[in-house]
Amino acid sequence: MELVLPTIINGLSLGGTYAMIALGYTMVYGIAKMLNFAHGDIIMVGGYIMYVCMAMGNPLIAVVAAVIGCVLLGMTVEKVAYKPLRGASPLAVLITAIGVSYLLQSLAQIIFGSANKMVMIYDFGTIKLFDVTVQVSSLITLAICVVVMVILTLFIKFTKLGHAMIAVSEDKGAAQLMGVNVNGIITLTFAIGSSLAALAGFFYLLKSPSISSTLGAMPGIKAFTAAVIGGIGSIPGAMLGGIFLGLVESISYKITAIAPYTDAIEFAILIAILLVRPNGFLGKKRREKV
Amino acid sequence: MLKVENLSVYYGVIQAIKGVSFEINEGEIIALIGANGAGKTTILHTITGLIDAKSGSIIFDGHELTKTPAHKIVSLGMAHVPERRRIFQELSVLANLKLGAYTRKDKSEIEETLKMVYEHFPILKERKNQIAGTLSGGEQQMLAMGRALMSHPKIILMDEPSMGLSPLYVNEIFDIIKNINKSGTTVLLVEQNAKKALSIANRAYVLETGKIALEGNSQELLNNDSIKKAYLGE
Repeated sequence: MELVLPTIINGLSLGGTYAMIALGYTMVYGIAKMLNFAHGDIIMVGGYIMYVCMAMGNPLIAVVAAVIGCVLLGMTVEKVAYKPLRGASPLAVLITAIGVSYLLQSLAQIIFGSANKMVMIYDFGTIKLFDVTVQVSSLITLAICVVVMVILTLFIKFTKLGHAMIAVSEDKGAAQLMGVNVNGIITLTFAIGSSLAALAGFFYLLKSPSISSTLGAMPGIKAFTAAVIGGIGSIPGAMLGGIFLGLVESISYKITAIAPYTDAIEFAILIAILLVRPNGFLGKKRREKV
Repeated sequence: MLKVENLSVYYGVIQAIKGVSFEINEGEIIALIGANGAGKTTILHTITGLIDAKSGSIIFDGHELTKTPAHKIVSLGMAHVPERRRIFQELSVLANLKLGAYTRKDKSEIEETLKMVYEHFPILKERKNQIAGTLSGGEQQMLAMGRALMSHPKIILMDEPSMGLSPLYVNEIFDIIKNINKSGTTVLLVEQNAKKALSIANRAYVLETGKIALEGNSQELLNNDSIKKAYLGE
């Protein structure tokens, strides 16, 4: 129990964090049909916004400012860098996304320097759960992730805008015939994805209160892996893939013999899963009736 | 009501539509017939803005459609039932229908239209909670037509509604098109099934490799020898 419970809770909260980021990848992929490799760096920008706001001392304002800042950044990047490339070859869009990623990292280095900065947002301390000491921040992370995932699922499944998003992801032309403004839906998708990335940045800083310009790189790659494992384009897939990867990571860290190879194990699992299920857990090929 | 004038459309350097002009008056059923690749679908896509015209004009109720973005056209009163139906497979039948009314605001009016659609297509009411991708081909065609009607259009463009359907469904679909027209909606019908199309249309245009080759009222065309040979298999 002493070993298992914290490992599971850590795994779930890390997995929830991955899921938050993976949702951004998978929704943008599903709707704009592009891989936004600058998505991880949105987390980093959110982190720096929190760093700046913490100088003023209020954690709540810092988180809210990070969410708003990331939403504006995500929408701006989409408008300036990706929208002009609508209809261009996927390779051109991919290269652009990588370019945006380096641009954001370099800007952060110019503004904040390359040394790590400490960002203590809030110390929630620990509590005893079944006689086991658990980080409260992990429980909070987990709770927020669950709430966000439930809200997002309900939004997609039951609202008019959610249905419009599904329509655009399936068939842009047909969606336009219904009167859906496809560009507006794409902007909305980037806004949602970026707000989730800001939250993920908050969870990261709760766990390890240090930030540099490459903060978003590894979580970005991991969450992308999670999105692909779950089935890229699938929203429940991103949640499942994120939780799965988080659990794998936290369990692997606890086993001394394989702990140093944790990252390698995660990516090896990605390869193994793609060999067996090329579309991931919940990804599917669409068939069409003639 | 709808006036297409000297319309030209290109795919890259290839000219698909070569100066086509035609006109539809309120209340009519107009058929656009022609062989595969003649440009029928291209014309419909250009009217509703999915493809850009190179030159020419499309005037609908005083609006120049070639300068109107695709997603703004449906609220002018024009609905398009696309070729191969293109329903939203992952959504329920009801959600598909509701998306048809995406630009409408008044909830009670939308409910009225939904009732009317269910009267035309009782099967859609029975299956309203079913995922649309699991419907049969004929049912999907009905859903695509019902979805278009949900916008309460003045004119409805139908692209190959009979494609891939069993003869029984084909007759039913054509009866419904007649009923839709009787209840006051103008219809532009694109069909390869020329005989069926001419049997319900007031007038028709025959399209050959991007040009209007022949036009006239349906009865005349049904008795025209070259039409009989080329399109009616007699």
